[in-house]
Amino acid sequence: MDNLTFGISIIVVGMGGTLLTLWILSIFMVLLKRIFPYKEENEGNKER
Amino acid sequence: MIDAITGGLNGLVAGFVHLHWSNPIMILVGLLLLYLGIKKGFEPLLLVPIGFGAILVNIPLAGLMDEGGFLRVIYDAGVMTEIFPLLIFVGIGAMTDFGPLLENPKIFLLGAAGQFGIFLTLALALALGFTKLEAVSIGIIGACDGPTAIYVTSQYAPHLLGAVSVAAYSYMSLVPVFQPPIMKLLTTKEERMINMGTVKKSVSKTTKIIFPLVVTVVAGLIAPRGLPLLGTIMLGNLMRECGVVERLTKASENEIANIVTLLLGISIGATMDGRVFLTYQTLIILALGLLAICLDTVCGVLFGKLMNIVTRGKINPLIGAAGISAYPMAARVVQKEGQKYNRQNYLLMHAMGANTGGQVGSVIAAAIMLSVINGMGII
Repeated sequence: MDNLTFGISIIVVGMGGTLLTLWILSIFMVLLKRIFPYKEENEGNKER
Repeated sequence: MIDAITGGLNGLVAGFVHLHWSNPIMILVGLLLLYLGIKKGFEPLLLVPIGFGAILVNIPLAGLMDEGGFLRVIYDAGVMTEIFPLLIFVGIGAMTDFGPLLENPKIFLLGAAGQFGIFLTLALALALGFTKLEAVSIGIIGACDGPTAIYVTSQYAPHLLGAVSVAAYSYMSLVPVFQPPIMKLLTTKEERMINMGTVKKSVSKTTKIIFPLVVTVVAGLIAPRGLPLLGTIMLGNLMRECGVVERLTKASENEIANIVTLLLGISIGATMDGRVFLTYQTLIILALGLLAICLDTVCGVLFGKLMNIVTRGKINPLIGAAGISAYPMAARVVQKEGQKYNRQNYLLMHAMGANTGGQVGSVIAAAIMLSVINGMGII
């Protein structure tokens, strides 16, 4: 593979892949927040 | 008798005789790094051991980086095996609170935009004649994340490790110097004054515990080549959030991180032998590294502007600059710049969210890059 093809491919797939992955993760974060909504929780877990 | 005395005296001047012209220059570079770390406070935890390592390795005949030399042993055991950067990642995970990011998940995207400089610089390095794997290692300086840069470079271009790691760490510490002009250039006064309000506490402990597991599994499946990086940072964060292994968390963020930082710093300094380091190539790498981090800032701020348009003015584009991985410096810069134009504006927590997004983003960008070049059959 020549450098030009490699360079363009890595820009497209790399930038696109990073953005897509973080977007997917942000969707999971929204889902997590909906499934486990914030409420005053007992933070008193003790070290085992 | 005379011969014995002459031989003995020769032994005492051998160090001077074998001094290569590049060694004194690199000793001065080592002193400069020490000055920046000690006097200016730029990343002292790393620049001090790196600077001292650079001085040590440029004293001839000591054999510190020869087979069996003590720096060589540390370097082979921790850098070439990638153990040191991974252990540091456990500590980083243990120190990082992803709460501000979880409060506002959409700003996670700024953490992606803040990594675009990696890929643009990689392409530029290719155009300048570097090999593909060298270009990958140079581009990764744009992750603005020392351990990631060391992890990638030690695998694919170990001969560039000194230049890449010095660039990564020194530019990280210079974020407060070069980011503000870029932020000012790319935003209007009205945009800089946007008040994003306060961050409400809305994330449950369960969410915080599950988050590192989700990132590990989802991102690990997408980019398995980067799983060591992702897995270690998320392990550290899981230990922090679950709260049941406080001793391990404290050890990861203190004792382990401190010992590894010392050994990693001195090992990196030991790669700065003048005969190898002082080349035209090193200067190009340092210039490309600076460009990479500037491009990250440009892309982050521009993406912030885009999000500002999409959300109808709810996002202050300045927080895009915090999408790079330099934590928490980039977030502090955003807070300071925001307050210059609107004294009532407290962007810190929003910027912290983008900044932690940048931390995860940099690791994911590196993981994706490794998986992509693996998919292309280059590694």
